[in-house]
Amino acid sequence: MQDIITKWKYRGDYELGYIFKNACRTHFRKMMQTTAKTHLAIPIPLSVERQVERGFNQAEMLAQFLPIPKAAYLQRVTSEKQAKKTRSERMESANPFRLKKPINKPVILVDDIYTTGTTLRHAAKVLIEHGCPEVISFTLIRS
Amino acid sequence: MDKKTSLLYPKLAQQLEGKLLLREEIPLEDSLFDFLLEKNILTPVPSIITTLFTKICQRCGNRTKSQFAKIHDVNRKQVIWYCRNCLIMGRIIETEPLYRWNGQPFPWQKHEAACTWEGQLTKAQAKASEMVRRFILQQESSLLIWAVCGSGKTEMLFSGIEEALRQGMRICIATPRIDVVRELLPRIQQAFSAVAIQALYGDSGEKQGTSQIIIASNHQLLRFEHAFDVVIIDEIDAFPYHKDASLAFATERALKPSGTMIYLTATPRQKQRKKMQLKQLAHVFVPTRYHGYPLPVPVTCMCFALQKNLHKGNPPRAFIQWLRLRQNQQRQLLIFLPTIALTEKIASNLSELLIHEDVIKRPAEISSVHASDPDREQKISLFREKNLSVLVTTTILERGVTFPSVDVAIIHAGHSVFDEAALVQIAGRAGRSVDDPTGEVVFFHDGKTNAMIRAVRSIKKMNRIGGWL
Repeated sequence: MQDIITKWKYRGDYELGYIFKNACRTHFRKMMQTTAKTHLAIPIPLSVERQVERGFNQAEMLAQFLPIPKAAYLQRVTSEKQAKKTRSERMESANPFRLKKPINKPVILVDDIYTTGTTLRHAAKVLIEHGCPEVISFTLIRS
Repeated sequence: MDKKTSLLYPKLAQQLEGKLLLREEIPLEDSLFDFLLEKNILTPVPSIITTLFTKICQRCGNRTKSQFAKIHDVNRKQVIWYCRNCLIMGRIIETEPLYRWNGQPFPWQKHEAACTWEGQLTKAQAKASEMVRRFILQQESSLLIWAVCGSGKTEMLFSGIEEALRQGMRICIATPRIDVVRELLPRIQQAFSAVAIQALYGDSGEKQGTSQIIIASNHQLLRFEHAFDVVIIDEIDAFPYHKDASLAFATERALKPSGTMIYLTATPRQKQRKKMQLKQLAHVFVPTRYHGYPLPVPVTCMCFALQKNLHKGNPPRAFIQWLRLRQNQQRQLLIFLPTIALTEKIASNLSELLIHEDVIKRPAEISSVHASDPDREQKISLFREKNLSVLVTTTILERGVTFPSVDVAIIHAGHSVFDEAALVQIAGRAGRSVDDPTGEVVFFHDGKTNAMIRAVRSIKKMNRIGGWL
């Protein structure tokens, strides 16, 4: 799994991301059986520099696979890599996200890897503070 | 050009000449880089060109449709193509060009007598060596040296390399195998102690490739274009070179149009044999080993219930019997197996058995090694220094490595990874030193394959040509 992620995310093999399409769809359907489909999918954004460097956002690609509308409400201010930090550093780091426009719909946050959950918690915090009624997370891998 | 840049110029030429690089691979500041672009000293080359039916990657020559993929940039609403074939060298995308050095060529140093090697060549070696020298001097296009395993191929190159250095030429020794690169580096360095040499391979620290002599794995040549006057390809028939068209493409492109390509092999493939017969490829044949003894001829040994034994992770019974009957028990033991899984399984079971058979004393004297082993380099050098008595391996050690005194066993020699070339090469691991010029080679199988028969036949033929009956 790690090899695939490395090739996909860091080496930049965009095409490889499609192997997760079916898994994402089926799991999403299972997850959504009880809830109404009014959610918005919000991929965890990359910083501008990283987006340019990579050419794509892996979370955005995953969000595309989901059969619900996708929107970019969040923006990443700093560009430190979570993957390079230790657990405690992650927990203590400042919130890197900012909301671009107000939101009043329930949200599903989409990301590729869940390690300590700090990224998602930060993002969720920003959303809730600005009046988002419900935040659910959807991640591909738990590392 | 201002003063600062003109001072930098030769250094830049050395660094960038003869290469095709992505912007991120050129370690220059934006201001200097833009300046060079403006002066047309660096020219952008499109990285992927689209023809009517196909796309062609300008770095690896890939034209296969399935090896191109596209990135959907949602925000900018565009589709960008990239090449998957050479992804490992850093992604190449349509919208980012490659850069080529367009300035003055770098004047490489002329070395009067650079060769510091003081050994003696045998008659057959000397003949091949002289031919290499002549071909380089006359800038002939290509030469194949067909020399049996352990004939001292590297030494035959020295006078040619010396001549090339005298002319101020740039030389590359390329090989498909990383182990071979590692083994060659100290030997070449020793023979040309005054010349700067760099080794380029996947995880070596060197990435620049700025020296006059470069030893590289074939993959690294994807970054070069018309850089070398002489390219020597060691082990042309080895995997992955003969399977991967982009490597042959890159290697040929790395050579200057006027340059000389020298192929080295012990087991030429059908394609090259045909070319030699049709006289399209000049060649020289070296049928004898440097120490003057014949090649060890492999013995085939039938094993009943081989599959059953291997399934349980046990070596076949015939192998155990052979262990007891070995002529020289002092020799180290090199055991080849077809797959990584088998290698690990058998190695763990073998240690107990070998202690029982009194071949080794402690379990620490046996180890296994395969391509994805993190300690691969270390284990091989332990074996070379005789700190290990038994090494169980996959085909990664089939060629290019020298151990002074070993017996070789191939278990399950009928497996399809052991083709004729592989078997001849593996047999060539035995008896490579003057002190112990013989060694036993045994193929344990459960049914002879054509490859095994041909391998034995071709070794015998070599010995016949070399003057032994």
